[in-house]
Amino acid sequence: MTQAKVTYQPSDEVDFVIIGSGAAGGVLAKELSTNGFRVVVLEQGPYLTEADFTHDEIEIFTKHRLTNDPKRQPTTFRQTEQEKAVQQPSLLYGRCVGGSSVHFTANFWRFHEIDFIERSKVGEIPGTGFADWPITYADLEPYYTKVEWEVGVSGLAGASPFDPPRSKPYPMPPLPVKSSGVLFERAARKLGYHPFPAPMAILSQPRAGRSACVNCGFCLGFGCEVGAKSSSLASVIRMAERTGRCEIRPNCYVHRIETGKNGRATGAVYFDAQRNAHLQKAKAVIVCANGAETPRLLLLSASNAFPNGLANSSGLVGKYLMPNTGAIAYGVFDEPLNDYKGYAVSRIFHDFYELDAKKLGFYGGGGLDARFDLTPVGFAMSALPPGTPRWGKEFKKALQQNFTRTMEIFCHATSLPVATNSFSLDPDVKDAWGLPALRMTFKDHPNDLKMVSWMADRAMEILDAAGAKTKWHPPITEQRFAVHLLGTCRMGNDAKSSVINPDHRTHDVPNLFLCDGSSLVTSGRGQPTMTIEALAYRAADRITALAKRGEIAGQANHAT
Amino acid sequence: MATVNPARRDFLLHIGGAAGAAWITAQWPGMLAAAQHAHAAASANPPAAFEVLSPEQAIEIEAISSLIIPTDELPGAREAGVVYFIDRALKTFAAEAKPVYEHGLADLNRMAGEMFPGIVRFSAATPEQQEKVFTKLEESQSRHSSGRRMASMLNADFPEMIRFHALAGFLADPEGGGNRDYAGWKVIGRDPAHSFSPPFGFYDKDYPGWQPASAETESK
Repeated sequence: MTQAKVTYQPSDEVDFVIIGSGAAGGVLAKELSTNGFRVVVLEQGPYLTEADFTHDEIEIFTKHRLTNDPKRQPTTFRQTEQEKAVQQPSLLYGRCVGGSSVHFTANFWRFHEIDFIERSKVGEIPGTGFADWPITYADLEPYYTKVEWEVGVSGLAGASPFDPPRSKPYPMPPLPVKSSGVLFERAARKLGYHPFPAPMAILSQPRAGRSACVNCGFCLGFGCEVGAKSSSLASVIRMAERTGRCEIRPNCYVHRIETGKNGRATGAVYFDAQRNAHLQKAKAVIVCANGAETPRLLLLSASNAFPNGLANSSGLVGKYLMPNTGAIAYGVFDEPLNDYKGYAVSRIFHDFYELDAKKLGFYGGGGLDARFDLTPVGFAMSALPPGTPRWGKEFKKALQQNFTRTMEIFCHATSLPVATNSFSLDPDVKDAWGLPALRMTFKDHPNDLKMVSWMADRAMEILDAAGAKTKWHPPITEQRFAVHLLGTCRMGNDAKSSVINPDHRTHDVPNLFLCDGSSLVTSGRGQPTMTIEALAYRAADRITALAKRGEIAGQANHAT
Repeated sequence: MATVNPARRDFLLHIGGAAGAAWITAQWPGMLAAAQHAHAAASANPPAAFEVLSPEQAIEIEAISSLIIPTDELPGAREAGVVYFIDRALKTFAAEAKPVYEHGLADLNRMAGEMFPGIVRFSAATPEQQEKVFTKLEESQSRHSSGRRMASMLNADFPEMIRFHALAGFLADPEGGGNRDYAGWKVIGRDPAHSFSPPFGFYDKDYPGWQPASAETESK
């Protein structure tokens, strides 16, 4: 039964204040409020709903309707710690209720068993902080299943011989195949690979009061107008609100976690839309602000007791940034694929998930997917074959010929954790609120570039086998922009080499928890959101158990 | 301008029996939402008059955008109302680009006169002359971005900027005020409907459904 929406006063000491309403924050809000706790979610972006979404790509992309705004929130970039960072857009994340899950592609692979134990298997890799996770795939499996059934994932269990074990099939069949998927499937099989229907966080059937996908074609970058994309907004946020115990408070920009004399967190300080500062009091604080803003917030929360930033005794807050490595290959075919219709990805394969490092000379692996994720303007700007004139008759003819006949193969791959790859506070540049801007320091590990080049070559072979009349891939270059914000407050058992423990509790502050992409120890093979959500479901169980045992400041009193 | 919105029309066709009843039942809430968005798009009328551009500037911009996307047997920038889109852009999301346009247009007119004495304005040159002038202007600038991120257009030079704005006015959803009568989508072959059902294209129309790899394929 739907309850009236609850609101709290900042002076109300709620059980949990959650910072960020994205993939992890949404799940934690739903789980903790369902478990009887009083929860406030502070989201820096607006509370948009399906009626606010649009297919107008100019509106979305130039006005940053759903994402961080590089003008108000400038960022800086440098490759090494010796350089002075220059101001440039260096990262992207969702800035609205639902976070990046609102605009994402919705590729929803589980991580495999190897992702959690790879350091032991592969051994040390020089120049990296490559480590095993303190938890295993088996620990997360029930929560992966929970994500699939509760948030809503379409797919076909058992279709990939490389899939890790699962306790339950998908709740819905795969979405309809696209022409790109058919071409990819046939070509990949010809080459001996094992393509299968892509698991996608998009409803193939109506479910829980939400519509199935209508294949409108405006998916990556856009909010779903029909609620079929399984964002936190369309799924868990609404479940959280229905408990009557969770308030989602938008337009609240948290810039400090307050701590008391006993070294415990007392709440979160935020600017409201009018830039008035408030302290939302809480018995415990959970930061789910993403792999860039979570470490930034901890660093902004430095105090006499925590001079290097909150929960940063290890010195690792913000370090080991892993943005995943990627490459795109394009193919143009004789007949129309009309791949602009529908969601982005219908077929993938995982034959390269675990490559033989000894044989190839580099560590890593990944997955390949067949997709078309380009809007009309985006296509015209970036996806015509090299050498096509940039304007005029021939340019127009290429647009006319290629828009319906082009597909992409996207290679998703590992990033190694390198300590100097990081987010930190820029010493000079400030955001529109006067707070230090995010500074990204990043240089790809040479191994990662070798591996993704190898994968791009395989993608070209597949396009060839598929009969593409034209094919190319943009050159593999060093990354200067991050979308997958992973690893920057890593999980571990040792307080010296990690920021949070396996319960997502910071080693240094007993009532401060972190859960989002920053928690990851390794990068997986791209597609981190499924794992972030599974971690959030697991974290909610762990945090609930701690609270019910009275181990987080008397919350047992409030749990019902 | 009175137009029948094709998205709306296609939507009604679907309801009329082009798709199976079961499909409609399953998709109904979504289709309803999509139709509402289509309606909003149809209501976004192009502005009646220029708000930022002077008539002289508008003529030059129409000439440049028509060079970028010419009119042939299919519509070009002119038919899509790109100049109106750019006028609106310079008032809204690209307001900061006004000086770039002012300097760019001045440069272009000056270069046209230098290259072809007697020509005082770019738009007065022949199509062949215009191509040469615009090519020279492009070559004189250094920054070309071909990335997917439109945010990176913030620092673009004039040829890159107007190319982006012309493409946006030609190809973005008409909700934003360009792509009049879906002129751009006619060229690239994008059906303006707001919902689709499979098969989508040539290669998936005879797809038999997903099957595990056969032993024969496996042996290869």
